Amino acid sequence: MNAGSFVLNILILGVPFSVALLLAALGETINQRAGIFNLGCEGIMAMGAFVAFLPPFFMAGTPQAPFANLIGLVLAIVVGALLGILFALVVVTFRAPQGIAGIGLQMLGWGVAGTLFRHYVGGVTGVAGIAAFPIPGLSRIPVLGQILFNHNPLVYLAFLLVPVFWYVLFKTPWGLKVRAVGTYPRAADSLGIPVARVRYQALALGGAMAGLAGAYLSLAQAKMFADDLIAGRGFIAVALVYFGRWNPVGVMVGALLFSLAQALQLSIQVAGIDFPYEFAVMLPYVLVIVVLALVRKARMVGPTELGKPFDREQRV
Amino acid sequence: MNKSGKLAYNAAIVIAAAAAAMGIGAIVLAAVGADIGKAYAVILTEPLKDMIGITEIVVRAVPLSLIALGIAIAFRSGILNIGAEGQMLMGILACSATAIAGAALPKPILVPLAILAGAAGGAVWGGIAGVLRAKLGVNEILSTVMLNYIAAQFYTFLLRGPMMDPEELVTGSGTPQTVRMPRSAWLDRLIPGTRLHTGVFIAIGLAIVVFFLLWRTTAGFRMRAAGAEAKAARYAGVKVERYLVIAMLLSGAFAGMAGAVEILGVHRRAIEGISGGYGFTGIVVALFGGLHPAGIIPASLFFGLLLLGADMTQRLADVPANMVLVLQGAIILAIVSARQFINNPYVQDKLSRALAKLFGRAAPPAPPGSIEACPDPSDSPDPCLAGEPGVSEEETR
Repeated sequence: MNAGSFVLNILILGVPFSVALLLAALGETINQRAGIFNLGCEGIMAMGAFVAFLPPFFMAGTPQAPFANLIGLVLAIVVGALLGILFALVVVTFRAPQGIAGIGLQMLGWGVAGTLFRHYVGGVTGVAGIAAFPIPGLSRIPVLGQILFNHNPLVYLAFLLVPVFWYVLFKTPWGLKVRAVGTYPRAADSLGIPVARVRYQALALGGAMAGLAGAYLSLAQAKMFADDLIAGRGFIAVALVYFGRWNPVGVMVGALLFSLAQALQLSIQVAGIDFPYEFAVMLPYVLVIVVLALVRKARMVGPTELGKPFDREQRV
Repeated sequence: MNKSGKLAYNAAIVIAAAAAAMGIGAIVLAAVGADIGKAYAVILTEPLKDMIGITEIVVRAVPLSLIALGIAIAFRSGILNIGAEGQMLMGILACSATAIAGAALPKPILVPLAILAGAAGGAVWGGIAGVLRAKLGVNEILSTVMLNYIAAQFYTFLLRGPMMDPEELVTGSGTPQTVRMPRSAWLDRLIPGTRLHTGVFIAIGLAIVVFFLLWRTTAGFRMRAAGAEAKAARYAGVKVERYLVIAMLLSGAFAGMAGAVEILGVHRRAIEGISGGYGFTGIVVALFGGLHPAGIIPASLFFGLLLLGADMTQRLADVPANMVLVLQGAIILAIVSARQFINNPYVQDKLSRALAKLFGRAAPPAPPGSIEACPDPSDSPDPCLAGEPGVSEEETR
């Protein structure tokens, strides 16, 4: 294998790998901009991956099978949004500490997905999943077409959502409200912005995105469900939001960087380079720590009230 | 509110939280078509039916309590250690390497040495997250989660490679595990025919040590001050960053010791899947025990019961053992939600008044400054708010 095709291979693998991270991290960006640190992302992704997997699993072979993937995606989004609202109930209404509540939600999501999976499915089973959809014309462009336009529809959707999220966050009234309740909730409150309601909305949207990210993993990337399918991607997505400085474009860059590291790791194994497998798997996790250590100054641009519950009756 | 009223109030909140957690569990049980009453009965009573069951609860409670003690130290110091899982694995590696290398040493030296090695292994792994937080401001939740994944891979790498039992290569079975520990490193079994081991005394002893450390020493006071209000502590001259690192070192050391005690007392060799989620359950135990040693010991027994019971439901009620994760997650969410009510004097006061009315007793006079003590906010000037301009905008809205 020559160097050119080695690099090309990494790029072709890396782009679809980034999608689950990107979807979840976009949702988490909205959460954190609203001042909520949702570590339950991992658990919501597990639930999303599981419920999305069910329709194609049970409907295989029936006449309705072509719609199974779509039903799965919708289910994942709905379940994700509901879990986001559950998290909002705990951290917004009950003002629970967010870090530890997030770990609770993560365990709950893992547990429910795992329990139902063992009971209804049993072992690891594949599904047909979402097929690739090369964009006519564009996918014929040499090299670039293969890297960018030869994937399943969710890949295109995820990258289209980056400018959408940027626009919503920075150019719409709702985005302004989200940023206001995350930066200075007391001022927002005095201007009549319902802080709790905006945070609920942000968490519902973030949850829906995490659910969709999970669905991408089970339907499009792995085309199966397993207990450890998410493998920390929810936590990496949270870290990416720091890396991307709470900006959808920065988050996209981060997601691509990580997925390229993962693709590099896979390519090294495929190429038969002698390198312990376990150390290759460690690589993305080590990278997260290194990146977090490097972006510490980013606090200045982020939501200053991140992680703090808002109590309008509290005296300042 | 008087003291017994406060206690009753807190008890009512805890019961409501437990009911909410069991309610979430019941929904999942219903979803898998299980008999909800029977499943809970199996989880909560089946392990208590014989001696083996009871000792097995204690066997699980030993590492759980050690991990929870460490997590309590970290949480009290204001640093959320989610990395007990990885710290435990690093402790196991250091402990087994020491025990195997020191096989020639006499037992009274080797056992403490191996346990200390385990503590050191865990402390290093926890200390990394502590230093990253103190020096570089890296969020400790994210770093400890990542260190968990890294430790898990490192553990597998050593067990499948450098530390693998050479016998496994000879026989060709290739099970990833180390050689059996030398007998001189074993923690003795207390009751023949069971796996109950002397690690129980280590757990109880260390619980007492943690109590004295946190509540009876200057260092402990400084750690708690840094955790309660870092700004105030810094103003009072506490080197907050230093105590964060110390707290993480100690927290990791406890998780490492949990791993050491587990292999020296139960498995007697490092095997795969040994941590079995203890690191995460330990978080629930620490919270459930109120981050206090006196609460953590009973909480660890309760969760030992829950873990064992969940294993049994698989067989007896056809409910997957993952169910225990559902309950743990639900319990965490319920506890952190309930804390808001327990720490809120306003809600507390309102409820006690309602209760007092209900039982026909005269309500105690409202404490000065409370909302009840204030006259109608539309009256002005308001004596309660005098001298505090600016706080009345909520009332006049």
